[in-house]
Amino acid sequence: MVDKNLTVAKTGNEAMAEAMRQINPDVVAAYPITPATEIAQIFAGFVADGLVHTEFVRVESEHSAMSAAVGAAAAGGRCMTATSSQGLMLMSEILPIASALRLPIVMPEVNRTIAGPINIHCDHSDTMFVRDSGWMQVYCEDAQEAYDSVLMGIKIAEKAMLPMMVSTDGFIISHCMARVDLIPDEDVTKYLGQYKPETWLLNPDKKITLGGLDLQDYYFEHKMVAIDAMYKSKAIIKECCEEFAGKFGRNYDFFESYEMDDAETAILAMGSVCGTAKVAVDNLRKDGKKVGLVRMRVFRPFPAEELAKTLSNLKTLAIMDRSDAMSAGEAPLAIETKAALYGRKKQPKTHNYVFGLGGRDIKVEEIEDVYKEMLDFTQPEKNFDRKVTYLGVRE
Amino acid sequence: MATLKELAKKPEYFTNGHRGCAGCGAAIVARHVLMATDGNVVVANATGCLEVFSTIFPFTAWNVPFIHNAFENAAATISGVEACYQSLKAQKRYDKEVKFIAFGGDGGTYDIGLQALSGAMERGHDMLYVCYDNGAYMNTGIQRSSATPKGANTTTAPAGKVEQGKTQKRKDFTAILVAHHIPYVAQAVVGDWADLTRKVEKALSIKGPTFINVFQPCRLGWGYEPSRTIEMGRLAKETCFWPVFEVENGVYKLNYNPKDRKKPITEFLKPQSRFKHLFKEENKPLLEEIQKDVDQEWQRMLKICEAT
Repeated sequence: MVDKNLTVAKTGNEAMAEAMRQINPDVVAAYPITPATEIAQIFAGFVADGLVHTEFVRVESEHSAMSAAVGAAAAGGRCMTATSSQGLMLMSEILPIASALRLPIVMPEVNRTIAGPINIHCDHSDTMFVRDSGWMQVYCEDAQEAYDSVLMGIKIAEKAMLPMMVSTDGFIISHCMARVDLIPDEDVTKYLGQYKPETWLLNPDKKITLGGLDLQDYYFEHKMVAIDAMYKSKAIIKECCEEFAGKFGRNYDFFESYEMDDAETAILAMGSVCGTAKVAVDNLRKDGKKVGLVRMRVFRPFPAEELAKTLSNLKTLAIMDRSDAMSAGEAPLAIETKAALYGRKKQPKTHNYVFGLGGRDIKVEEIEDVYKEMLDFTQPEKNFDRKVTYLGVRE
Repeated sequence: MATLKELAKKPEYFTNGHRGCAGCGAAIVARHVLMATDGNVVVANATGCLEVFSTIFPFTAWNVPFIHNAFENAAATISGVEACYQSLKAQKRYDKEVKFIAFGGDGGTYDIGLQALSGAMERGHDMLYVCYDNGAYMNTGIQRSSATPKGANTTTAPAGKVEQGKTQKRKDFTAILVAHHIPYVAQAVVGDWADLTRKVEKALSIKGPTFINVFQPCRLGWGYEPSRTIEMGRLAKETCFWPVFEVENGVYKLNYNPKDRKKPITEFLKPQSRFKHLFKEENKPLLEEIQKDVDQEWQRMLKICEAT
């Protein structure tokens, strides 16, 4: 129990599990997978000790975890699960069903690469694989942000009536101890209130048929509702971030701008690498280089307008992706950022770097080199088909 | 147990106006199962004929709360609904008594949905799973499943010049559920409403996971006259192709034993065009083999029922 503001040392997984304890969901359905296993494991301890009133469904697969989560959320409960990598892939069939049914399931997702070859370490290829599944996606830089984002996620998801995955970099965030400021249990309970869905299966006053067959004459209109909801969720996220800052003093937005006021060149990236990039920025700033960093947090809904505005005054921009799009020319973050910039009068020259696949480490010096390349723009587009520079891979 | 007169007076929880074939057995299963309830149920349905013909937007044949999620996860989905119910009840946020029923065809149950069903049964949710077993993937156009009987002509195991339909035996799925040591497992058949509704009532009166495997004639996939659905179900029972029994806490009870009036399997096979090729002179040995299989299984069933 946390009965006052408390500063503790927690791993990313512990912090997210702690957030789940405080949320006290009606149902959690989960299946273990490295590196997310601990989240369900720690939570199971809370259940065993009677610290939560959650009905914990120990499913036999991630497919059933997401299926049961859909059932529980449709029934009218606040429902959560957690996963990684192959688990997310196994869930992937049900993810768009959850969003189409407008079920606000919140899922901590610990980023791990996808097989094959099989590997348990971090990159973003798992969540990028499901980026169009209708789930909101938030990428965190550290355990504190993971904790806060899970709490805020419940509020955002229930207001937007859309599911959300809150991801942390596998092992780098999930298993590393960091300082986390916890909010008292009572304040979390008060902040979130009780979930009151508009329609729910157990509602004795209104029988509903959910998930019926929707053919050519209705499907498109119904899909539009979910598409519109994703666009509209931007305003909800904005509003919830402001509310959270007002209540608990920590500021979040679609993305974080670091040393961007007078920056001429910047890196755009997501996740834990941004902590390393901030060190590189600080080092280069000492030498008088006008460099900055934009750290994407919210990838879905994609904040195209806000991002383009922030980036358009730069001379050059390196977009660093921790996943690849297999011959699409560039990787997901680059593709979407450039689509956002396209057609604007002012826009930076860009180059896409793919790094860290399968947990390959990236060092401060490598990021400084990226900045240096971008300052001179020594990475012209040599090859129209293959514009990406792959960092840290042996030839 | 309700009489036919009483059942006829109950509200229709699975209503008419759906788009099932004339003579559809799956619709009969849904209707009879729900007739045996008081309507305070939530239904989950696997993708398949039943879901497709009963929920085409903006219509629904379900006069009870209903959810369809995907093909292989009806059991997992209803387990989530039930878990939410238990949670809300324990928190004293909900006070209504509700039962939970999942429907799946043999595709969604024997094959693609086996894992999710096994998981839900093992976890002990308070739910009834009803399989409507018509012995093939009828919704996608009569492809073989692990429930398809030996010798049946299907679109993925057709009777041709060198193969005579499905070459393997159907799997004994009900036995797999018995092996889960759940409190109640039963086999029933379309055509015996009294037996089916009694079994549903019984299953729902028991706390914990229960399973009923209902053998369901499919006029389109089996190729018989639409008016003969009930008769086909009864023939499956009377030939002992589909033993009608129940297993309560591990104890088997045979609900129907024709004894010396057991009909030859050909009476069940003959009216169905999917078995037409078996009646060619050269396929006589295959037909004999099928009869032998049925006899062997029936003897085994009699022994099990005696033993427990």
